[in-house]
Amino acid sequence: MDFVQYLPQLGQGLLVSLQLTAISVTFGYAAGMLLALGVSSQLPWLKWPTLIIVEVGRGIPSLVVLYVVYYGLPSIGLLFDNFAAAAAGLTFTVAAYSSEMLRAGIQSVHRGQNEAAMALGLPQTSTFTRIILPQGLRSSIPALMGLAIQSFQGTSLAYSISVSELMSKAYQSSSITFQYLQIYAITGLVFAVIAVPSTWTSVWVERRLAKGFA
Amino acid sequence: MTLLVTVSSFGIGAIMAIPLMLGLRSNYPPIRAVFRLIVDLIRGVPTIVWLFLLYFGVTLGHLRLTSLSAAIAGLGIVSSAYLAEIYRGGFATLARGQIEASHALGLSPATTFIRVLAPQALRTSLPSITTFLLALLKDSSIASTIGVTEMVFSATTFSRQNPGTAGLTPFFIAAGVYVVVSVPLAIVARRLDSRLRRNN
Repeated sequence: MDFVQYLPQLGQGLLVSLQLTAISVTFGYAAGMLLALGVSSQLPWLKWPTLIIVEVGRGIPSLVVLYVVYYGLPSIGLLFDNFAAAAAGLTFTVAAYSSEMLRAGIQSVHRGQNEAAMALGLPQTSTFTRIILPQGLRSSIPALMGLAIQSFQGTSLAYSISVSELMSKAYQSSSITFQYLQIYAITGLVFAVIAVPSTWTSVWVERRLAKGFA
Repeated sequence: MTLLVTVSSFGIGAIMAIPLMLGLRSNYPPIRAVFRLIVDLIRGVPTIVWLFLLYFGVTLGHLRLTSLSAAIAGLGIVSSAYLAEIYRGGFATLARGQIEASHALGLSPATTFIRVLAPQALRTSLPSITTFLLALLKDSSIASTIGVTEMVFSATTFSRQNPGTAGLTPFFIAAGVYVVVSVPLAIVARRLDSRLRRNN
């Protein structure tokens, strides 16, 4: 059972995976919010470029995004180290996906809310930040939680640009011990142990929120 | 190669998802719990880990899966879990009255399922299925990490062989092909969906 001694290594890898997740989710959701505002804007010069960014981000596999950032951008003078490239690439993908979820959430707020706020004489900005946004965010929470879990799993792709996250630690350990089956099975279980309860939590939150609306 | 991987793993997934879905809808709670655990476990493990597990981990005597068959099997397993969940969602939206009406007409449970429930469930889950198919098309790029010579693999090889001159170009071409394949597919899916809806 000499793969046991590689468990601490996997633990270190997991830490890197979690860091990548935290970074890409935090910045991705913030950027996604800006993109969502851009896409729902009335101004054509703001709307179309952001729409293209979002569609490109959702249309290209995130593995390709990582390759472009890590191998491709240096050719135009932008050099990232592995971790930064992975963080940037994953953030871009998360931003594109989350912007559509946020936009759907904001659009799901009933028109009457906007009209009522106008009738009460609230200025447009506070209508948006105090009335539309809180309700919109609330309905996009389940989708955003799901995306966070997916982006945790997506950090395993950073292996391909040699970030020392969980997957690449597993690869290193298994190429030393040749116990591929055991190590990848453990790696898979580590991902599952985090992802599965999180999924259950998000389902639970979704039910709670649905109850609140009724 | 990208298309071959996508289509075959989708085919495997679409078929294997049926027993999984039946398990998820079983009337016996223990069976339901077991299948729920299986599906969640499959979905909880990232695709790349599945591919590595099958490609490096599985040995039958001295035989190992080729990278192509490991990729198709891995993506097939992952798709079966996702599609099972999508099918289940489709059946969950059906009104109970449909089952009761078929009972009242004296249809056998099998006929009820195949002729009455399945077509309606398929119709409601079609948009999710096509969304999944597009996601799978993009996930097939992960097969390049175990050496399947699909599009991203070729792009990487080309750009490594021509450092300096190639740079971003092969990746942009690959990205362009993904967009060119997925946009018409999305349009066809939307057409199909609205036609099925009209029949409703």
